[in-house]
Amino acid sequence: MEVIGADGSLLVLDAGSGLARLNSVLNPCPPRVDVLLTHLHMDHVQGLGFFQPLFDPEVEVNLWGPVSSTMNLTERLARYLSPPLFPVRLRDLPSVHPIDVRPGNFTIGPFDITADLVIHPGPTVGYRIQEGSRSLAYLPDHEPALGGNFPREPEWTSGYDLCRNVDVLIHDFQYTPDEYVSRQGWGHSSMPQAVAFAGQVGAGSLVTFHHDPDHDDATLDRLHEIDQAPLPVIPGRAGLILEV
Amino acid sequence: MAQHPIEIILLQQWASMMNVPIWITDATGDLVYFNEPTAELIGVSFEEAGEMPAADLSERFVLRDLDGSPLPELDRPLVIALQKQEPAQRLIRMRSDDGTWKVLADTAIPIVGEGNRHLGAMVLLWATDENHT
Repeated sequence: MEVIGADGSLLVLDAGSGLARLNSVLNPCPPRVDVLLTHLHMDHVQGLGFFQPLFDPEVEVNLWGPVSSTMNLTERLARYLSPPLFPVRLRDLPSVHPIDVRPGNFTIGPFDITADLVIHPGPTVGYRIQEGSRSLAYLPDHEPALGGNFPREPEWTSGYDLCRNVDVLIHDFQYTPDEYVSRQGWGHSSMPQAVAFAGQVGAGSLVTFHHDPDHDDATLDRLHEIDQAPLPVIPGRAGLILEV
Repeated sequence: MAQHPIEIILLQQWASMMNVPIWITDATGDLVYFNEPTAELIGVSFEEAGEMPAADLSERFVLRDLDGSPLPELDRPLVIALQKQEPAQRLIRMRSDDGTWKVLADTAIPIVGEGNRHLGAMVLLWATDENHT
């Protein structure tokens, strides 16, 4: 997923298997690429090893991501980008800079970014990206219901402050309610929970994300027939382009 | 009110499912939650008592040393956990909301999140007697 600013500045959100498709898009590659990682589960980092800018000494690649209690991002990423999982070591990549993300604000080019921890197994952040008056929040893996009695008061809701009144919310939309019953604690939302969360935070629109791999397109089409959503719900799909 | 850190949110959810009296404060010592076993112990539910500033907490639930003498604030396990960020335990007498005194093992544990963020403390209370039986 890419976020492109008004001046052409680029953010890449997470680094799953789709990241390799960006290789042909980034031609020529800008001199700097910033990748915001929400967490280091394999489905969010596996594309890094196949992302051409990482191997280009002329391109500065900044990898932003959460730390654990005992390891910084470099140490955590090196567990994947090293043998036996990958033949190239992180330290051998020519111009790659892991940057530890902790709850708080930082700036990349024209973007004001806020990161905060959200409920998902392991250190996981969501990002709020603001450019001027427009904002986007990205919480691809999130289980707000694990905080209990969802939906509940805002002060007891994971992700509330981060997403409050955001224009576009990209949010976990993985399970049907029936599927969620046996998957509580796995770190993902049911579809009604995602819609409820988006309504609670006052998002302008919800883009559904992190679809379950076992849901085919026909199933997803059916599951997106949502009655009386409190906001526009946009089915997230490969190739979708949105103006925020 | 700002959202609680997710560590506190998850801790509250866990505490709500435990059959051990637990209460949770934020980093300033303000009470943000106590569970039902605590309510049985102190004689008032969280729904009635609500969140409470630290100053009101010590006024409402009076603590004494085992011999009945006032317990200096700096000797209280919760205060130690909040100020020193280290666990502390002590046998105490606590006056419940109904005026009765109970002997409790008071154990306080600091809640320190990633990046050494001091988020609050968790207190476990265990009804016992002076011989800790």
